[in-house]
Amino acid sequence: MDMNQYLSMFIDESNDHLQSLNESMMGLEANPEDISIVQVIFRSAHTLKGMAATMGFEDLASLTHQMENVLDLVRNNKLRMQDFIFDTLFKSLDALESMVQDITAGGDGKADVSAIVSALQAIVRGEVPSAGTAAAASEAPVAAGDAPILLDEFQFSVLEQSILEGHQVMYVDVAIRKDCQLKAVRAYMVFDLLERSGEVVKSFPSVQDIEQEKFDYGFSLYYITQKEASEIQAMIMNLSEIEKVSAVALDQESLKQLGQDTVAATAEAPPEAPEAAASAVSVAAKAAAPAEAPKASAAPARTGGAPSRTIRVDIERLDVLMNLFSELLIDRVRLEQLASEVQNGDLTETVEHMSRVSGDLQNIVMKLRMVPVDTVFNRFPRMIRDLAKSLDKKVDLVVTGAETEMDRTVIDEIGDPLVHLLRNAVDHGIESIPDRIAAGKPEMGTVYLRAFHSGNHVFIEIEEDGVGINSEKVLQSAVKKGVITSEQAAGMSDEEAHQLLFAPGFSTAEVISDVSGRGVGLDVVKAKITSLGGNVTIYSTPGKGTNFSVQLPLTLSIIAAMLVRIGSEKYAIPLSSIVETGIVKQNQIRTIHGNKMIEFRNAHIPLLSLSKLFSVPDYDESTEEETEIVVVRKGERLVALAVQDFIGQNEIVIKNLGKYLPEVQGISGATILGDGQVALIIDPNAFIK
Amino acid sequence: MAEDIKVIVFKLGAEEYGIEVDKVQTIERMMPITRVPKTYAFIKGVINLRGVVIPVIDLRGRFGIDEAEHTDQTRIIIVNVNEMEVGFIVDSANDVIDLNRDSIDTPPDVVGGIRAKYLDGVAKIGEDRLLIMLNLSEVLNKGEIIQLESLEG
Repeated sequence: MDMNQYLSMFIDESNDHLQSLNESMMGLEANPEDISIVQVIFRSAHTLKGMAATMGFEDLASLTHQMENVLDLVRNNKLRMQDFIFDTLFKSLDALESMVQDITAGGDGKADVSAIVSALQAIVRGEVPSAGTAAAASEAPVAAGDAPILLDEFQFSVLEQSILEGHQVMYVDVAIRKDCQLKAVRAYMVFDLLERSGEVVKSFPSVQDIEQEKFDYGFSLYYITQKEASEIQAMIMNLSEIEKVSAVALDQESLKQLGQDTVAATAEAPPEAPEAAASAVSVAAKAAAPAEAPKASAAPARTGGAPSRTIRVDIERLDVLMNLFSELLIDRVRLEQLASEVQNGDLTETVEHMSRVSGDLQNIVMKLRMVPVDTVFNRFPRMIRDLAKSLDKKVDLVVTGAETEMDRTVIDEIGDPLVHLLRNAVDHGIESIPDRIAAGKPEMGTVYLRAFHSGNHVFIEIEEDGVGINSEKVLQSAVKKGVITSEQAAGMSDEEAHQLLFAPGFSTAEVISDVSGRGVGLDVVKAKITSLGGNVTIYSTPGKGTNFSVQLPLTLSIIAAMLVRIGSEKYAIPLSSIVETGIVKQNQIRTIHGNKMIEFRNAHIPLLSLSKLFSVPDYDESTEEETEIVVVRKGERLVALAVQDFIGQNEIVIKNLGKYLPEVQGISGATILGDGQVALIIDPNAFIK
Repeated sequence: MAEDIKVIVFKLGAEEYGIEVDKVQTIERMMPITRVPKTYAFIKGVINLRGVVIPVIDLRGRFGIDEAEHTDQTRIIIVNVNEMEVGFIVDSANDVIDLNRDSIDTPPDVVGGIRAKYLDGVAKIGEDRLLIMLNLSEVLNKGEIIQLESLEG
């Protein structure tokens, strides 16, 4: 069967499941006693395993299987979640994620996960990592003899199941030559070789101990394979520095004998073991079921999630739909114009109806492209958790407004800048625990991530209750780095100083960490956000915290704009950057140092002549008694643009100017007006420096 | 014998030029052009071609020939080269002919005042017609424009 057609579906669904796993794990970490979360995690892991196995990604399936074993113990109250278990499970998730990424990139999804697998197996066995090695060491003298290694009931039933299914189960004893220099490496080669053609169920000493050279010159293991014992023996002997190998095939009889030993062994096992052993029964039952019917169990498992009736649509198709709709929108405006000229009642009525329908259609098409910011936000809790751990800080991320929707084009681009701002908040914003206590703050720092609509914009705020920005330090650093002169610094308000953080080549961190503070960063963030037609501002109170407020347009394809006339030409100015429109009289225009200025809201702002900037041939406002102006803004700065007439406000569809034209300063694109003519869209940011 | 190609024939002044038909998207009558400020003189602006904004250049201006008044015969030839869509304003375009590749000769160094690099070759058709085949990639080469600008400036 050709799997390719299912691959993209598999990748999409795997990512969904990994995401939900991550989220649920975070939830569980906050609330370790909540078994219902474990159920959700278990179902997700189970479905993922089923899918991976069906698609033939064995590493993926086997790792998920091991996770499932651990989770099963937890959900049956046989195992208490502890920090190291969370860490191991998170590590497993990371490994799974990188495998899925590998598959997405066209790889085969293979990865060496033996370390994680053995860690998971150790958890299932009830071992605590550090205590586990100690226990193994103390047991070593007892078991060092020829006595076969002890199996718990889970491993026992796995072996039994394998024999029933016609696999070869064998007990392999390997002795490495005494003069071997790197015995752990030899041992690893043996394991590697064995794992290529079968599965090692249990080894003594444990895999971790062997890796750390905590073994004498021999080790033994239980092994399931399709090959004959003699073949295995020959294979291992082919490795150099191997003294002796004995592989003994086991049948049900000999296995049963071992089983009796196992029961005896559990009685004398260390205190944690009974818990694990008791639970092993249920594990074994569970382990057998999915193995037999992975597909059958995958289907009911999925019904566990909230049923949502959705279909997946290729993004490109939505883009095509959007383009087609834009054309329709242009024709609609044209029809409206024609109808108003013709003055035919029936025609006007029909056109009006069409306008209403297409208005609704526009809403739907726009909504189709809207994605909740959650798709970007959902990876942040995990990121903050890991980051806080690595920095030894306590950080709580409070997300609000994750359901706020934005255009897909904006969502796609906004992830990286937000990651950077968040890392920045945790690294530079939140203080270390001792500092926080000294400052009389709670140990746990809080980072708020908020998204909300306001007018035609979406705001995303990242606020922390950390150290705040020290304006003086910022100014000193800026002067030292030559970003501003000391004269400029003297006249700067705190707020202006804060915005300096976005200046290229600026970083206040005294110690450069690998998290942030390389001095490339905030300026890149700023550039990215500006290129999306957005803006970012900093508000900070020393000692209380900092707030980065990112303002983004709802969409990049249809915007509201003010149409203006200059001579015979029409231009569109995005409404989002317009502060006010007005009229100034000739005598209100002052000339300061050769530049025209007007008074606006108790300040003087520059007045730019669009007709001069664009060398419009048939208009010159300097001959007029009164001049219409549009005040536009970039951040806090204002500029007045002189135009001839206001035409009105319109929804316009943004078109690019094509690849051939070189970039024109002050023009960001074009749109098609109702009369079919092209109007250029003014980029007010270009006039404000 | 080499293959036959179809060629769109258009005029700039008295001279006839040819563009391979598969590079031409459509030929339009003159339509309103929106001026784009602060760009090269030969770029006349942008037009709305059924919902797509396409830049239009005056081919006379591009080749340094004096620009002419637009008439009834003036056409905009929309070409698509290297994924760029561009309109050429030409004096007239009213012929499609079949041409054998063999009949295209390498151009002499200077033809009609246009530098030879813009030309693919010259084809003789009939007794006394010469057709100048354009090298569109060169005509639309941006590096070339910058050079031109620096010469003029």
